[in-house]
Amino acid sequence: MSGANDGRTLKFHILKYDPQQGGDKPRMVTYEVKEAPGMTIFIALNEIRETQDRALQFDFVCRAGICGSCGMVINGKPDLACRTLTAKFKKPEITLLPLPAFDLIGDLSVNTGSYTRAMSERVRTWIHDEEGKQVDLNELEERMDPDLADEIYELDRCIECGCCISACATKRMRDGFLGAMGFMKVARFAVDSRDKRSDSDWYEVIGNDDGVFGCMSLMGCEDNCPKDLPHQTKIAYLRRKMVGAAR
Amino acid sequence: MKTVFADSLIIGGGLAGLRTAIATRTRGLDTIVLSLIPAKRSHSAAAQGGMQGSLAATIKGEGDNENVHFADTVKGSDWGCDQQVARMFANTAPKAVRELATWGVPWTRVRRGPRQVVINAERVTITEKDDNHGLISARDFGGTRKWRTCYTADGTGHTMLYAVDNKAIEFGIAVHERKEAIALIHDGSTCYGAVVRDLITGELIAYVARATTIATGGYGRLYAISTNSVISEGMGTAIALETGVASLGNMEAVQFHPTAIVPVGILTTEGCRGDGGLLKDKDGYRFMPDYEPGKKELASRDVVSRRMTEHMRKGKGVASPYGDHLWLDITLLGKEHIEKNLREVKEICEYFLGIDPVKEYIPVRPTQHYSMGGIRTKPTGESRQLSGLFAAGEVSCWDMHGFNRLGGNSVAETIVAGMIVGEYVADYCERSSVDIPTSVVRAFVMREEAAITEIIGRSGEDPYELKREMQQIMMEKVGIFRMGSDLQEAVDGLRGLLLRSRNITVRNKARHSNPELVEAIRVPKMIKLALTVACGALARTESRGAHAREDYPERNDRDWLNRTLSWWKDEKDDLPVLEYENLDVMSMEMPPGTRGYGKANMIAHPDTEKRVKQIEEIKESMPNADRFEVQRAIMPYDLPEKYQGKNERVGVGFE
Repeated sequence: MSGANDGRTLKFHILKYDPQQGGDKPRMVTYEVKEAPGMTIFIALNEIRETQDRALQFDFVCRAGICGSCGMVINGKPDLACRTLTAKFKKPEITLLPLPAFDLIGDLSVNTGSYTRAMSERVRTWIHDEEGKQVDLNELEERMDPDLADEIYELDRCIECGCCISACATKRMRDGFLGAMGFMKVARFAVDSRDKRSDSDWYEVIGNDDGVFGCMSLMGCEDNCPKDLPHQTKIAYLRRKMVGAAR
Repeated sequence: MKTVFADSLIIGGGLAGLRTAIATRTRGLDTIVLSLIPAKRSHSAAAQGGMQGSLAATIKGEGDNENVHFADTVKGSDWGCDQQVARMFANTAPKAVRELATWGVPWTRVRRGPRQVVINAERVTITEKDDNHGLISARDFGGTRKWRTCYTADGTGHTMLYAVDNKAIEFGIAVHERKEAIALIHDGSTCYGAVVRDLITGELIAYVARATTIATGGYGRLYAISTNSVISEGMGTAIALETGVASLGNMEAVQFHPTAIVPVGILTTEGCRGDGGLLKDKDGYRFMPDYEPGKKELASRDVVSRRMTEHMRKGKGVASPYGDHLWLDITLLGKEHIEKNLREVKEICEYFLGIDPVKEYIPVRPTQHYSMGGIRTKPTGESRQLSGLFAAGEVSCWDMHGFNRLGGNSVAETIVAGMIVGEYVADYCERSSVDIPTSVVRAFVMREEAAITEIIGRSGEDPYELKREMQQIMMEKVGIFRMGSDLQEAVDGLRGLLLRSRNITVRNKARHSNPELVEAIRVPKMIKLALTVACGALARTESRGAHAREDYPERNDRDWLNRTLSWWKDEKDDLPVLEYENLDVMSMEMPPGTRGYGKANMIAHPDTEKRVKQIEEIKESMPNADRFEVQRAIMPYDLPEKYQGKNERVGVGFE
């Protein structure tokens, strides 16, 4: 818990903008909050809304760092607000901006849902196995190598918070770029023995400049992933795989 | 008036809602899911530890089957559950785990050969059989006789939710996000959909459907501190209550999980103790064996939470600025195990507490966690009063958990209920049509529109203030241990808040995306729910499962082997109407007995002995029958045909 910094007055500089309010313009608004031990940005924002600005918009669901709702740009870096302790910042100034690359709902709230659904439909993020549909659920399940199950879980940990997309320079320049979230899904399903898609199937999805060949390797995804997923390794792996598939 | 039509309308995009949606979509029905948030962010994702299903593939699960799972569930419920529902569940759970395996859940698998585990604070070696290599493994959880909880590290809910939502996307099921159902549309006997508020535009939309399924989860946020997501505010339960027709069941049955971190109340999974973690007091002393020498830390959740509270009352808690707590010690599990199987716990400790659980103890305390009560339904999931209204998952009281839920039975229930109830919803859709006049639909929308206009227009009560007061009352007076006098104060206090909430208003007058308006719509509903909990708890003068009355410490089967039903019959009422539904001992497969914790303190039901004898006679009369035939003779139950099959297990086949 925080300790040394107890009792500071924090200044939150927050982007305010309501696109549905005619004539409203994006602006920065500063709120002051008395820091409490163990205070997170989740706690601070709720306090600001209750005591200072009832219109302030932001999204939290689990407030435990597992649901991916509360991605925002915190002092310049996309991260999960709910598990960011205010004590982490030496200077008592915290600037909050909504994640770029997603539709803005208002203030710090963005529409990640429409984005992730479209991404899922594009990558077809489900097990492709025609035979699997005939499985008799009363019978013993198909066996899986325990190491493979662990490996899939490692890649299945993405919470679709959008931090990787917001940190991606390629995505800024190329709107149709799939981005790290999509690549991680491809990597996850490609390693899964239950998914029967071949390299050439995957080539159809990511074998172009909006796919894995468009990545400029700046690795904003790797640097900002709250779940420390292995973006760099997997993008490199997919690239090699796709070069092979193209031959 | 904007109107959207569907065959099957599902309110809630968590595991139960999505699985129900898949069931009705698979039957060819036009299916729409409403969700407050993107579906993959639902509270289901927070389930860490696992899902119970009696696959019996790990050596510590050997001998497990539906009978054992059923018996654990009934005992866990303190005999408050519907035993037919528990049977339906136990038979379907293994199929659910296996179905999820084909949908992509990377269940942790059995690895052949020896491995070290921690049991009762000692490292022991268990050896998995060669034959079982690669099958779905399981870990130990509280209140179970076998290792039955299937898992993926401690991200089980996450992997399940992703697999199921992805399946829903494959089926092209529409999920309408950022939509909140604020009232049900009905004619007093049949439900025809819901009035829905778009949380971005503020627009009210009528969703009209043949069948409406509520799957909005629990009501944990009636309490100031809860492990639940901030959206678990019981809105689905509340709109059912506000019909004045549908009843809620056992609302006083509220579970407190032993190990949420202090102060914020985020859960650390029961898997911590299942995998060998210990509870310790301020002296570093392991106290649970003193109270529960049998199951120790792995007694049922309600029992562990009470023992922890008792121990803190003896002055053995660790003082902190946020009140007393105890320690959860998982250091003995070792770095490798924690980083692999309890990594979410590790992250939570690092981010929220700034500690490393590999080396340090975790500050924990029992915290509101689960709502056993909810919309009272038949075993089919349909409301007993409003046809066309269904409920599935935590929101429902169909009633699988009675007065205490076992760990690992909740995510299991979400999927199983989705599978089973989904079939009954589809049956209902196939035999019914929407024949409600547009004028009735319009009247419901106009009523909600007028209510919102009034909230915005008047000056009056602050929703945040009312909510805070309600949550404080629930924390202080309707907690783990309950007293008649406290409960009476809670009822009086909540009633006062209810009256004030009729004058609720907002400072922010925007009709579109307005978080304060969302609160102002929800808070009066939450206060009504809180009243059903407090009134139910006050009236129930016995202790059963999670409902522990200090002034009535015995379980009283003679007078209280029943289910509390609550209604809000008239909008103008300031208290719910309570009635009781008796549990029929003579049709139980497992007549009431002891759970085996502490000293047995029970007043028996007059039928219990008779039923025990009767069951013995049935068993004796069929000496050559297998366990399925015996079960059917004792307590027949219905299940959709596709889920009636026997479950295969390694080594024993379909026996």
